[in-house]
Amino acid sequence: MEMDELYKAAEIEDSISDPKIAHLVINKDEVVGMNDVPGLEVKTQPIEEGVDIEIIVEEGYKIEKPVHMCFGMTYKKGLQRISLDIKVEKNAEIGILAHCVFPEALDVRHEMDAKIHIGEGAEYTYLEKHIHSSEGGIEVIPNAKIKLEEDAKFKTDFELVKGRVGKLDINYETTCYKNSVMEMTAKVDGVGDDQISINESGDLIGKGARGVLTTRVAARDNTRAEVYNELSASAPYARGHVDCKEIIQENGSAKAIPIVDVSHPLAHVTHEAAIGSVDKKQLETLMARGLSEEEAVDLIIQGLLN
Amino acid sequence: MSILEIKDLDLYVENTKILENINVEFEKGKVQALVGPNGAGKSSLAFSIMGLSEYQNTRGNIIYKGESIDDLSISERSDRGISLAWQEPARFEGLKVKDFINSASKKHKTRKSNDKNEKKEDVAKEVLKRLGMDPKEYLDREVDSSLSGGERKKIEMASILAMEPDLVLLDEPDSGIDVSSLERIFESINFLKEKGATVILITHSEVTLNQAEYAYLMCGGSIIDDGPIGEIRRYFEDECLPCDTKNVPEAKVEQYGNG
Repeated sequence: MEMDELYKAAEIEDSISDPKIAHLVINKDEVVGMNDVPGLEVKTQPIEEGVDIEIIVEEGYKIEKPVHMCFGMTYKKGLQRISLDIKVEKNAEIGILAHCVFPEALDVRHEMDAKIHIGEGAEYTYLEKHIHSSEGGIEVIPNAKIKLEEDAKFKTDFELVKGRVGKLDINYETTCYKNSVMEMTAKVDGVGDDQISINESGDLIGKGARGVLTTRVAARDNTRAEVYNELSASAPYARGHVDCKEIIQENGSAKAIPIVDVSHPLAHVTHEAAIGSVDKKQLETLMARGLSEEEAVDLIIQGLLN
Repeated sequence: MSILEIKDLDLYVENTKILENINVEFEKGKVQALVGPNGAGKSSLAFSIMGLSEYQNTRGNIIYKGESIDDLSISERSDRGISLAWQEPARFEGLKVKDFINSASKKHKTRKSNDKNEKKEDVAKEVLKRLGMDPKEYLDREVDSSLSGGERKKIEMASILAMEPDLVLLDEPDSGIDVSSLERIFESINFLKEKGATVILITHSEVTLNQAEYAYLMCGGSIIDDGPIGEIRRYFEDECLPCDTKNVPEAKVEQYGNG
């Protein structure tokens, strides 16, 4: 597979040719494209089987257009290790659109270890879109530790756009200081013998800190899914919500473990978790419009993961 | 000429007899009503006609356009032109109004042979406008709890219009609907009739009954009377007093005696 095909699969051809849009493209362990914009500093250096990346968004800078990052592999086999250190300085803003593209993967492992610091009043959005092969021959293991300073905002959204999950093991930990806001969402559709493990936690230690953990998983065929969502609140007026819905079909199985840990009388954290088959009334409504049972299930799951 | 004939139908749900010995014919192209008190079996009969799980008839036959549909799935019945709108429409997290309506429209295009080039989005816009809903405001909204019950009810009706069914079962179409929206629902019922559809209204509302041309009175799981709506309206005026069958609900037996 050639690089231009990777760009095409990631749908970033236009973005990486626009000098006003910052981008970083990595093929396995090689940086093949990079563009900075004012206020954004990106440094890379090779590490064994991967790349170490340091990103700094300078104080007060608001990066207007989303920064495109493409972590991919044109090969069918291999390991890619990404070490990411992101600092969003005081009152800065950045949105990153990460394209993790492995369209040929037969035996690929993608590891990411991220350390993210979001300064006072800063905002950081990380939308992670994955494109995998239809073979399921991939392991994706993202780990991130995120610290939100006072009034900081962090939003992340993990989505598999195309292909099979393979094996997914997400581990994200956040620590939220005074009046900071954190939203973490993961939506995954498992088929075949996919294995999904989502482990997200939020520690609301600052007064008025808020956090929401949202997970939507479809476990079809022989997929195994486990979701561990933990929200702790130890400061006055800290507010949080854990929301997990998993649909199982055929021989799929799912486990949801929401943990809510509140240690301040003025804090409040709620949770809801539901696992089951497709709702019968939803299914029958769509069938009464002429959809087959399979089409109706697909549409319901597509909506849930939308 | 009848489009739907039900013969000797019994229905048990979880070992409880819900419908007993239903014999009825619904005339093609007319708006007809099933009326009766709560628990009379009106919705159960509609569910049985649609073939919902747990509502398949235990005895008897459902004949649609001259053929038995007893063994057909919900989808197969829908493919043949039957559809149902629920009293309390389902909520679909993440499913956009346009996708919900278009899913019905898509099937309609394969079933009917008219303009196949018509854009799906145009169909969704047209049916929303017919329900008095601004497509710009609603097409990209989700069919979930962010919509009011009345809005979801109208969107469900819009999906029925997009499908252009031959036989539509509307369960309590007035439930949770404000006065101006109710007018739109009634206009939609007339539109369906103009298109040649047969409409069966399930109701215990006199206002909705007035939309029908003929009515069947249900009580205790059986059809106990039928006639022009003027005659059946007496049921509302006389609180079921004419009913003298063994299926009179217990409360009514205590109040009025059993025949």
